[in-house]
Amino acid sequence: MVKYKKQIRIALRNCGFINPENVDEYIVREGYAALGNALTNMTPEEVIDVIKNSGLRGRGGGGFPTGLKWELTRKVDADQKYVVCNADEGDPGAFMDRSILEGDPHTVLEAMAINGYCTGASKGLIYIRAEYPLAIKRLKIAIDQAREYGLLGEDIFGTNFSFDVELRYGAGAFVCGEETALIHSMEGLRGEPTVKPPFPSESGYKGMPTNVNNVETYANIPVILLKGADWFSSIGTEKSKGTKVFALAGKVNNVGLIEVPMGTTLREVIFDIGGGIKDGKKFKAVQTGGPSGGCLTENHLDISIDYDNLIASGSMMGSGGMIVMDEDDCMVSMAKFYLDFTVEESCGKCSPCRIGNKRLYEMLDTITQGKGTLEDLSKLRNLANVVKDTSLCGLGQTSPNPVLSTMDNFLDEYMAHVKDGKCPSGQCKALMSYIINADACVGCTLCARVCPVDAISGEKKMAHLIDDDACIKCGACMDKCKFGAIFIQ
Amino acid sequence: MAKVKSLSDLNKMREELQSKMNLREKGEHPDSIVQIKVSMATCGIASGAKEIMDYMINELDNRAIDAVITQTGCMGYCYAEPTIEVTLPDNKPIVFGYVDTKKAQEIIEVYIQTGKLVDGIIPVNYETVNNE
Amino acid sequence: MDLVKLTIDNTPVVVEQGTTVLEAARSVGVDIPTLCYMKLDDLEFENKPGGCRVCVVEVEGRRNLAPSCKTACDEGMVVNTHSVRAINARRTVMELILSDHPFECLVCAKSGKCDLQSLAQDLGIREIHYQGEKSHYKGDESPAIIREMDKCIMCRRCETACNDVQTVGTLSAIYRGFESVVAPAFEMDLDHTNCTFCGQCVAVCPTGALIERDYTWQVMDAIVNPKKRVIVQTAPAVRAALGEEFGLEPGTLVTGKMVTALRKIGFDHVFDTDFAADLTIMEEGTELLGRLNKFLEGDKDVKLPMLTSCCPAWVNFFEHHFPEMKDIPSTAKSPQQMFGAIAKTYFANQLKVKREDLVVVSVMPCLAKKYEASREEFSANGDADVNISITTRELAQMIKNANLKFTDLPNDDFDRPMGESSGAGVIFGTTGGVIEAAVRTAYELHTDKELARVDFKELRGFEGIRSATIDFDGLPINIGIAHGLGNARTLLNDIKEGKSEFHAIEIMACPGGCIGGGGQPYHHGDVTVLKRRQKAIYQEDAGKSIRKSHENPYIQKLYTEFLGEPCGEKSHELLHTHYFDKKKKIEI
Repeated sequence: MVKYKKQIRIALRNCGFINPENVDEYIVREGYAALGNALTNMTPEEVIDVIKNSGLRGRGGGGFPTGLKWELTRKVDADQKYVVCNADEGDPGAFMDRSILEGDPHTVLEAMAINGYCTGASKGLIYIRAEYPLAIKRLKIAIDQAREYGLLGEDIFGTNFSFDVELRYGAGAFVCGEETALIHSMEGLRGEPTVKPPFPSESGYKGMPTNVNNVETYANIPVILLKGADWFSSIGTEKSKGTKVFALAGKVNNVGLIEVPMGTTLREVIFDIGGGIKDGKKFKAVQTGGPSGGCLTENHLDISIDYDNLIASGSMMGSGGMIVMDEDDCMVSMAKFYLDFTVEESCGKCSPCRIGNKRLYEMLDTITQGKGTLEDLSKLRNLANVVKDTSLCGLGQTSPNPVLSTMDNFLDEYMAHVKDGKCPSGQCKALMSYIINADACVGCTLCARVCPVDAISGEKKMAHLIDDDACIKCGACMDKCKFGAIFIQ
Repeated sequence: MAKVKSLSDLNKMREELQSKMNLREKGEHPDSIVQIKVSMATCGIASGAKEIMDYMINELDNRAIDAVITQTGCMGYCYAEPTIEVTLPDNKPIVFGYVDTKKAQEIIEVYIQTGKLVDGIIPVNYETVNNE
Repeated sequence: MDLVKLTIDNTPVVVEQGTTVLEAARSVGVDIPTLCYMKLDDLEFENKPGGCRVCVVEVEGRRNLAPSCKTACDEGMVVNTHSVRAINARRTVMELILSDHPFECLVCAKSGKCDLQSLAQDLGIREIHYQGEKSHYKGDESPAIIREMDKCIMCRRCETACNDVQTVGTLSAIYRGFESVVAPAFEMDLDHTNCTFCGQCVAVCPTGALIERDYTWQVMDAIVNPKKRVIVQTAPAVRAALGEEFGLEPGTLVTGKMVTALRKIGFDHVFDTDFAADLTIMEEGTELLGRLNKFLEGDKDVKLPMLTSCCPAWVNFFEHHFPEMKDIPSTAKSPQQMFGAIAKTYFANQLKVKREDLVVVSVMPCLAKKYEASREEFSANGDADVNISITTRELAQMIKNANLKFTDLPNDDFDRPMGESSGAGVIFGTTGGVIEAAVRTAYELHTDKELARVDFKELRGFEGIRSATIDFDGLPINIGIAHGLGNARTLLNDIKEGKSEFHAIEIMACPGGCIGGGGQPYHHGDVTVLKRRQKAIYQEDAGKSIRKSHENPYIQKLYTEFLGEPCGEKSHELLHTHYFDKKKKIEI
């Protein structure tokens, strides 16, 4: 009997175990058995029922019930339908999709074929970032091997069912993770979202019904079919079943890829699996859901992770990035960092996202410069709410989350920046001063010599002085001082 | 390789592959074969996994140690890349992290050749559905 | 059609399924403001990217505000268009758009006609709470169109016009996020792209981002130069739209006032492009009959159908997109250029002035005409046949500069000889008009019989592609008509595939024909403006004593005194042209 462990690997079950470039190793671990069984012994409706009963929800962030999505695509009449795998992973710090594709590419192919059987599609497309060359290479090898074995192509398992998969490369636009933008990009158009409805299940790639699922969602499918809906739904919480892969990053000891059952608490993830905060520092916040998510605090550590709890706490599951922050992190700077990302990644189609995020960023920048006012804070909140309320797609509708959640949970830090002109974490350069302790300074002149902007003056063997206006806060003087005479205020 | 034309084909193939692997792992030299997996996802490669893999192939060859070295995907221990998993005959797999050539040499000389554990072991903190 | 019931601002509404909230609201008098949205019924123009987010409304039960232009009505929907939340969002979004706009309204060409400006007024924006960096883009000036993209608000109307309606594909969104803008690929200058200069992008641009190149000061310079004789020609569509610039109803004919104004501005002779349109019919009609006769005689190489060639944007279009078919259009020059060629020869001789001292100005509903006038083949020794081409809008500006109260001006007549025209020349201004004019003349030349009726109603209308068969006394002639370059492309593809049954096809680049040209007063999305202009054109035709080009006595005189025969040697030299393969010219 193995000791209870916090992690259960379902989506990652083969990663790190098999040689991803050898289909035999996948087959040994029951690969393609789910597809074979579905095609041979089950109707598409039966397969969809299993997925529906399992309670699996989309792992790309939205959390839409997967079985229902398949059913919707199945119900639309069309000559040609498509199955798409969204492998346009773009959240800063998230890399679970890459890991699955690099470690277990066949599971995605198998699940897409099952999806094709259920929805009535004979073509599968994997939209993958061109910046994932190894994943692309291994996918190509996997596709070739699957074709060679007859697991893709015509008449699979001798059942008349035909299905094949092609790759489509994304050029690194975050917004193309949004399914309508993704589809436009695959069609050769500008990667811009369109208003839904119509949903891709009615009108997607080339105007045809299209089922788009994320890599991690697919990675769950074969196991669910092999082990049954009851088994899967026994894991997790009432409304969120199974496990979720998280890319644990930031100030924790054990950064890495983890897979935990839904319902695990943030505390278990950060302190038990993650091994606690680095260098014995104090935990301050955790950002889930990447740039679309929010910042959760110590008060949230004991909530159990699932789609609905995270949303209720002002964050979201997202694709599973989890960035841990400690006492040294400035929450205003953190919000600014994410806004910087969304400003870069906005497609520019709708005005609130195109201009609103830019203005949010500029206001946060002003605040971190110590030039913000109390009025700015109320303007910031109003604008964040409007951008959230009026943006066209999920990117803009969630991009203000880092601002709103930090304002909700760390308003005191914002106040310190605008009222006292102080950054409590000492991260905002404009708000800190390097000062020489005249008593400790021996006048060795070393600091003055390393200063790149000649901001330090003083006679030899006399205490030196830093001109705060000229100082660029690079910290070179402090690093060089052998007497510990320079400190930050 | 014959194509898979039915579900029973697949099942048969799985059994054959399984016994072939058992044979490969335990059959010819049941006491001496060592299995080594090198975590070779992008992250591992970036931290130097490829060099470790090359190094181990050469070293094991030089020392005439009968071993199977394969690449595998990400094991999830990003903080400790490169990571390798070593399975000695009749032993549970052991994962080593922070492997550089010096550590690799130590693993070969100490763990593989003498069976004594060395530092740098990463405790496995998960279970997978397949070994339930 | 299924009906759905909903409530908008507490008013119950019943609409057909598929109706948008915006349309439903307007049907009950709730005027939700819009910005990027533009729809031209019957012209296949619909721009609703759902991008500006000005038209957002609150829908009960929805998490976010909904763009009313893109949201279909659902049964039982409860919509609030003026909740505090909706108004605050709308105003904030508008402030954001304004925060990235140059505040140059007082000196902007679009001031007073700018959709952004009037929306800011309607919303009562008095302060921009969100200031910050503004976007800047490379400027672009072609002979016809100026792109000042700092003023772009990413409404994408130009993109819809260029791609969906015209299928030219020059303009599309480039870059992303805050930097995104609509531009040719690689932000090339329009000159170096496959742009046809149709100007439909300018016609729909809500702001001053896309405007015509203004040549009014060159015209004034010429007029005040004592060495120059300055003559002007006015295109048929101008008279049906110019009045709008002075507050008159669309479709008010102002021919007589326009002539008076031009005289008062100081032109030495005020002529009519309609005269040259009659001349075009003589040449093009003769060419068509020539090709038809050869065809009937069994000549397999003859190029049919013959396509009209009076629209310069259309000429650009096939030179860029269908250069392999450049033998099919008529070789006849456009009326503007025929006028120029005759003015600089025949009329200059009459005046006994050197062609260089005669300045020919054209007033056109068109931006491509500016480009056409600058084409090298339409000049002699570096002197262009048409020296300056200005738009209807620019003429209105000149009239204002001359302190004329346009609406009070008396009527006057064009000068002779090049001011006399038939009704056939007038209808060049609308889709279907050129081919109707050609039929009136070709019928009589071919059959030697007088037409029983001159109005060919079967050729008129607003549909994008129309066709009719006209009985040439036992010989059925199949006529096709397309307006809008997308429709032209459809007919061209049919010809390419050998599927076309037409003998002659009229093509106009702009939806509606010249009445909808890129140089006309802005229609602001109201398609009835174009329809009323069209009505005015047919009204002017009906009022003319001469209705057929070959009956214009000054045209007859021109042939006897100067040109000889239609399609004769002199005609070929002065009135016909040739086309170029421009496909290779697109450099990247």
